[in-house]
Amino acid sequence: MNSIIFTAAARLLVALMFVFSLFMLLRGHHLPGGGFIGGLIGAVSFIVYSLACGPAEARKALRITPEVIAMLGLGIALLAGMFSFFLGDPLFTGQWYWVGGDSYETSAFSLNTVLVFDIGVYLVVLGGILSLTYAFEEET
Amino acid sequence: MEALTAIVIGVLTAASVYLMLARNFMRFLFGLVLLSNAVNLTIFASGRMTKGAPALVPYGEDAPLGVVGNALPQALVLTAIVIGFGLLAFTLALAFEGYRRMNSVDTDEMRFAEPKEDTTK
Amino acid sequence: MSWVLVMPIAVPFLTAVVAYLARNYPAGRWISLAGSVLSLVASAVLMAAVLDQGVIAAQMSNWNAPFGITLVADYLAAVMVVITAITGLATAIYALGEIPEETESLGFYALFQTLIAGVTGAFLTGDLFNLYVWFEVMLIASFSLLVIGGGKDRLDAGIKYVALNLVSTLVFLSGIGLLYGVTGTLNMADLREAVANAENQGLITVIAMMFMVGFGVKAAVFPLFFWLPASYHTPYFAISAIFAGLLTKVGVYALMRMFTLVFVGDVGFTHEILIWVSLLTMFTGVIGAAAQTDFRKILSFHIISQIGYMTLGLALFTPLALMGGVFYLVHHIIVKANLFFVAGLAKQYAGDTDLNRIGGLYKSAPLLAVLFIIPAFSLAGFPPLSGFWAKYLIVKAAIELDAWFVAFVSLLVGLLTIFSMTKIWGMAFWKPHPEGYDPTPDRAPPKVTRAMIVPIAGLAAMTIVIGFYPEPFVQFAQTAATQLLDPSDYVTTVLGVQP
Repeated sequence: MNSIIFTAAARLLVALMFVFSLFMLLRGHHLPGGGFIGGLIGAVSFIVYSLACGPAEARKALRITPEVIAMLGLGIALLAGMFSFFLGDPLFTGQWYWVGGDSYETSAFSLNTVLVFDIGVYLVVLGGILSLTYAFEEET
Repeated sequence: MEALTAIVIGVLTAASVYLMLARNFMRFLFGLVLLSNAVNLTIFASGRMTKGAPALVPYGEDAPLGVVGNALPQALVLTAIVIGFGLLAFTLALAFEGYRRMNSVDTDEMRFAEPKEDTTK
Repeated sequence: MSWVLVMPIAVPFLTAVVAYLARNYPAGRWISLAGSVLSLVASAVLMAAVLDQGVIAAQMSNWNAPFGITLVADYLAAVMVVITAITGLATAIYALGEIPEETESLGFYALFQTLIAGVTGAFLTGDLFNLYVWFEVMLIASFSLLVIGGGKDRLDAGIKYVALNLVSTLVFLSGIGLLYGVTGTLNMADLREAVANAENQGLITVIAMMFMVGFGVKAAVFPLFFWLPASYHTPYFAISAIFAGLLTKVGVYALMRMFTLVFVGDVGFTHEILIWVSLLTMFTGVIGAAAQTDFRKILSFHIISQIGYMTLGLALFTPLALMGGVFYLVHHIIVKANLFFVAGLAKQYAGDTDLNRIGGLYKSAPLLAVLFIIPAFSLAGFPPLSGFWAKYLIVKAAIELDAWFVAFVSLLVGLLTIFSMTKIWGMAFWKPHPEGYDPTPDRAPPKVTRAMIVPIAGLAAMTIVIGFYPEPFVQFAQTAATQLLDPSDYVTTVLGVQP
């Protein structure tokens, strides 16, 4: 697509949407949001970019091929789920470490496997959707 | 509300069966999309419908206050939609590749895996 | 404890991830092989635990049943997981010889391991919706594996396979939705009671029929099998072997699970239908095979006819019949995968799979001829190979019920199976090669044929072992059948277990 307005606007939009997708990812679990919806928004941002500048340019901006991103995400999500092995819990049991407190209300923030799992989901969705859409865009 | 949903499911299923009976693979695919939506609606409706009561937990509470909609079918439908999306995207890609290689979306003309028997032998 | 159940699923998944990242390097195939070995170890550990404790269950993420996802293994599930791992290992070795590098770099091994993970998950899950998810994992991997490597025939076969399997999945899924609507639970152990107590038993029977159709397409039973012979003869031989061995059996397993655990309220109706479906499946499959002249097409039709025996074991619904069904399931996976492996090697030696265009294999590859005889005769039910015991149990169960017609059809189908196997033997191995020259093993590099003959020999050895020492296997099948017919152990383990 060769529209100057779209190309110029895309640059701004893409960055904004991508940052928003990260915001949605980090906000998840306790508030609406999470890896899946974040991954979708992130994928849309790269789709807008590829519509504006072509899939070849978008692939370059992504640096890693989307298939690899998806598989890495799958691995991260699985390992996050398997982390509970070391604490003697069943698969996918969330492990929480509260920094500066002992619950959601009192602590400043938490380190947990749920977020790692969500990051994995984010990467799977981002990579999966982008590999599909890039393949379709490059066909035509 | 359930009755209306049931009618919608019926209409969707009927339309999808009509489309899936076509020889054209693209029509089949659209029929599949409709059928998958009908099935998702079935799951959604089978969890019973509660009007205007989202399954949200107010801030500071551990459980929702009062009667809320059944959240489990929603989770199931979300999963089914995502899986269905992936499968349909794959099938569309397959149909497209099939069209490029075989020059046809007519399933009667796709006779490469099982070529017509040579009856002259 | 719960990790015993998780590992057989997690290992192939992690292997898939690593194998995909290494897909462009030769290391990828060795990672896949190592992963398959590890899967076998993990499933052996699971088997040991099941033999030790009967039924084991685990609640994922500490959510108690019936709310969370349950993984559960009884005798049947454990043996299916072990046999999946064995077939997976055999295929991983076979693929070393067969799969070209271009296909490897498309992520072949990652897809293959994902398929194994999906199949294992389907065997181990105790939750109906989770079963649907595992079916989809398995399906998406199988779709890609079927068309990988290109070619018009693969695309054509893939389109038909994908189309019919998607429809069956949707039927299955709407069955799940309706069942949830009636009972309010999706945990299979919990469903047993909920279904028995449901007010609207008529609706339950309708839902049971939806499950029968959904699983029936996957299992390729009588009116629903058309996708199978249309697609199984096109992909790589390693792939068609694992498909033939495992995929239809997942459908049979799901039928066995649902129609012994959940839908037992109207056995007279549902299982009567299953008997007729099974008989027609057996008969049409074997007749279809008689009309074919392609090595793999004959074998594909024989999958259908053999599926009939397994569902017959379920349909007769006596301890002996179910025992025969379980035994048949295990025996058939080994034998059928092996026959497809043989077909691949025969193609390497003779250049084709169309029986009219090959021949003389007995002379040029006597070892292969011997290795073909073992699974082929086992499939046909010659004593003392494994297939004999499997058929013997089913026929005996039929006779005990005074179901003479059923016993007659089973024996007749066995006879017709011999006809097909001798046809392959006569045309591929016995008669001289039609082009006048002797096909020699020189056509494929020895490295390739060595990788291909190892799994064939291994599986053939297993067939012989089961044939000559059937005692422990029959006893195992008996316990599995007892557990299926009286799942109170299963139910209490799932619902009572504290994580």
